[in-house]
Amino acid sequence: MAHQTAQRSLAGDVPGGGDRRQGLAFVVPALLLVTVFLILPALWTLYLGLTDYRLTGVQAAHPKVVGTANYTHALGDKDFRDALGRTLLFVLGSAIIGQNVLGFLLAWTLRSARRWARALVETLVLLAWILPGVVVAWLWIAFLKDQGGTLNAILHTPGRDWWFDHPMGSLIVFNVWRGTAFSMMLFTAALSSVPPSQLESARLAGASGWQQLRDVVLPGIRGHILTNTLLISLWTFNDFTPYLITKGEPHGASAVLPVYIYLTALPGERLGFASAISLIMLVINLLLALAYIRILRRRA
Amino acid sequence: MKITRMAALIAATGLAVSGCSGGASGGGGTTIRISANSVKGGKNSSGAEWITDYVIPKFTAMEKAKGKKVTVRFEGTGVDDAPYKQKTALDLKTGGGADLINIDGIWVGEFAQAGYVKPLNEVVGAQVDRWDGLQQIPGPVQNIMAFDGKKYGLPSGTDGRVVFYNKQLFAKAGLPADWQPKSWDDILAAGRKLKSLNGVTPIQLNAGTAMTEATTMQGVLPLLVGTGHEIYENGRWLGDTAPIRSVLDLYRQVYTSGLGDPRLQQNPQGRDESFQRFSKNKVGILLESDYFWRSVVNPKGGIDPMPDRDKDVGYTLIPAQSPGKGIRAQNAVSMSGGSGWVINPHTRNASLVWDLLSFMGSHDAVKDEVQRSAVGISPRQDVNAELLGGDPLLNFISTKVLPITDVRPGLAAYPQVSTALQKATGDVVAGDSVDKAVKTYQQNLTQAVGGAGHVTTG
Amino acid sequence: MSPVQVVRRIGFYVFVALVTAFFALPMLWLVTAPFTRNPTLSVSWPDFTLGNFKHLTDDPNALPSLYNSAVLSLWTMLITVAAAALAAYALSRVRVPGRDGILYLLLLLSSVITGTSAMVPIFQLMFKLHLLDKDIGVILVMTGGLLPAAIFILKDFMDTMPKSYEESARVFGANSFQVLGHVVLPNVRPGLATIAVWAMVNVWGNFLMPFLLYRTPEKQPAAVTLNNFYTEGGQPNLALISTFSLLYSIPVVIMFLFVSRRYGFRFHGGIKA
Repeated sequence: MAHQTAQRSLAGDVPGGGDRRQGLAFVVPALLLVTVFLILPALWTLYLGLTDYRLTGVQAAHPKVVGTANYTHALGDKDFRDALGRTLLFVLGSAIIGQNVLGFLLAWTLRSARRWARALVETLVLLAWILPGVVVAWLWIAFLKDQGGTLNAILHTPGRDWWFDHPMGSLIVFNVWRGTAFSMMLFTAALSSVPPSQLESARLAGASGWQQLRDVVLPGIRGHILTNTLLISLWTFNDFTPYLITKGEPHGASAVLPVYIYLTALPGERLGFASAISLIMLVINLLLALAYIRILRRRA
Repeated sequence: MKITRMAALIAATGLAVSGCSGGASGGGGTTIRISANSVKGGKNSSGAEWITDYVIPKFTAMEKAKGKKVTVRFEGTGVDDAPYKQKTALDLKTGGGADLINIDGIWVGEFAQAGYVKPLNEVVGAQVDRWDGLQQIPGPVQNIMAFDGKKYGLPSGTDGRVVFYNKQLFAKAGLPADWQPKSWDDILAAGRKLKSLNGVTPIQLNAGTAMTEATTMQGVLPLLVGTGHEIYENGRWLGDTAPIRSVLDLYRQVYTSGLGDPRLQQNPQGRDESFQRFSKNKVGILLESDYFWRSVVNPKGGIDPMPDRDKDVGYTLIPAQSPGKGIRAQNAVSMSGGSGWVINPHTRNASLVWDLLSFMGSHDAVKDEVQRSAVGISPRQDVNAELLGGDPLLNFISTKVLPITDVRPGLAAYPQVSTALQKATGDVVAGDSVDKAVKTYQQNLTQAVGGAGHVTTG
Repeated sequence: MSPVQVVRRIGFYVFVALVTAFFALPMLWLVTAPFTRNPTLSVSWPDFTLGNFKHLTDDPNALPSLYNSAVLSLWTMLITVAAAALAAYALSRVRVPGRDGILYLLLLLSSVITGTSAMVPIFQLMFKLHLLDKDIGVILVMTGGLLPAAIFILKDFMDTMPKSYEESARVFGANSFQVLGHVVLPNVRPGLATIAVWAMVNVWGNFLMPFLLYRTPEKQPAAVTLNNFYTEGGQPNLALISTFSLLYSIPVVIMFLFVSRRYGFRFHGGIKA
């Protein structure tokens, strides 16, 4: 049954008027690259997660299959659960709320802004996004530094140690700064794909700016919002830049999951353990993704 | 159409790449590759210069004189130790990599257990033991590159740890200029006097995970040998025991009574900052290796230069917990590390690579290395005797510290044990009781070394 | 102007001012530190020295590494965009059961299986394929990691494109490649530009993969160079780090402007699809 449906829709929708082979040819390059350079190493990595493999030492020469020991150890570790909680907070605060809202706000308000204002803001926002991670880490260490940091100089709060006093808050603000550009670009592109005629007719019908937004724009770009939220959540979830700034300090208070992996699996290069946590992260990411799809489908 | 064009582009890149990647041997000669974590203009710049400007031209000329055409290529990077170790391990694992590789002495055990490196006389042959340079390298220094009683490589340098103190602050606090603490209590007493000075952190004793190995090597381990114990004794790791507890208790005393700055230990740039503070006369006492003297407060090229370093910076041996309480019943203790050269077991030119290595360890080559400050304390006694007289601290370390020093166990579990120790000190600094910190440590340690059977308790 | 409009206008400028400050202030250090003789982590008026730039040339590979990064980024970008555009188009128009599920899964894999945990598999794979120390090796590994997200984003853009455009092209006898090249791609240019920039930025900033996969120092990209300016004891040399950071950042900005202009993604004037 399902097979038949697939056949029928294939015949109807394939580019080139039903030539299935041609459709396949389009996918082949990507499929090949992804299979060899992503899926293969990924499967290998997942296998390593079942072993006590290390980069050096006896376990490097003779890794043993330890089954689920890596998983039970990680899940039973309080530090792991704390790191997971921090990561979810980080994703919620900086990506789902911060980047999404600020990104949309920028895309929406700059649409009708003067050329120079738009150029200025967009350039700065994009700059924050395209600067390499290592550079950005230094910038934020310097920006929030207690002695001589720029923020303290502006706020006249010398000696205030932001990274120490508010590690997660600082990280969230940092990541909004860092990643908003992507949301802004995606929403700008999305808004430009909303036919102006629809907005025009809404305006003629007497809809206010907010009503246009709610009734015409948001439904029109729902797919983009989903894509955006999903991507920035995943990227934020797996972002390693916090390590470059805080190394998880003070006393683990800024250790999000990628930092946790680095701090626990790296001493001794416990690659089996690191792989196991990666799979756990994969599953959590999967749950997040499913949750989004659920929510957005229900709204639809 | 598009696909074929893309394929053509890929193929073109492939060609271009293989065209410029340069063959392994040119014109019938032999090519040897050297790899080290040093790079011109960056990390360990003088070490890279020594190899490219001295070793390579001299060695190729020597071989040419023998009628052999040899090309030596230097593959240097200047990154953090962790990625360099990963890359080197991956290289050796797959059978690739350079012929001559510089590694940290502490990796020798792990690499040997993994089968990545082999004893020198297995790779090269018996000529290794006949090399006359060995007589110039003291046994403990040779052991930097040894594991299970076998030589896996030749050391390229060593170091030692001492207590540095700021003489200006000492004068202000009424402490002697030639301070010689005899016990941990003497250090705490000096700290309490320094505390009366405004804006001064009396003692910087590295703690926590942010400082990584600097916490272990310049904190826990020198203190531990001061209690008469090593972290790995009689085939077991030291767990919840009296010596570990007394080390952590010293941390507690320093960081709960205002003698040390707990925030500095939890700051990701804490170590850099502690150096800066010392150079600005804001830290009184600091436990560090000769690296601090050579590369941090050095008026010439240090990162936090002190113009009057030789006058303002004092140094003294690290006292044992109390006189005679140190390992081997010593009054003072230290820890040493070092790096060295191993020959890739997969090399196709083992004996030529050995010729290069023994040349690099020869008197003249090592002398040039020290003169370029590519190494602080060389492994060769003849060179040290000739050159280190010019530097009071290096001379002090080579004559007074090296005879009483100790080294870390080169086992694969060590990095994790080290992390567990760092965490324990971090816990104490963050306010945990010694009892709680040591219990967490015991758990982490047991997990790290694969069971309670490998841990000494009680 | 009505009072409401005035309030709006003021509100708008306050917003612009705040956003500008928020995004600009952290970047100050990058502009001042390279020109300061012994820079610290605080922003101060520089004493305008170019000595730090001169010091950089002590490492003969430092400046050429910027060129290497450009080559890597451009190639990865081209292959990623080409392969993603083809695949996204097909996937957007063909209904394969479980298509979305597979895409999601790939996306998840690509964002999780990176760096440390996949280090050994990727290295051994490249060793067996004889791709170590070759540009194409690094490019392909990066492309494999970037493709899922690229396809994902592009497919979204293509899904929203009305099919009537293609149908009318077909009526005139265009084949699939012609439809893609002349109708579909011009319509998703904002999407292509987004992917292009995103891919380049990713490659430009990646340290671990090029570091592990290259052998020859002359081939290393700038991300590796930036990690060279630490002492043997791990202390950062802020003078060289800040200076190289500046040089390291400028090409990304230039590449970005180039792509924007060349492919119609006018980020100064906004996107016109």
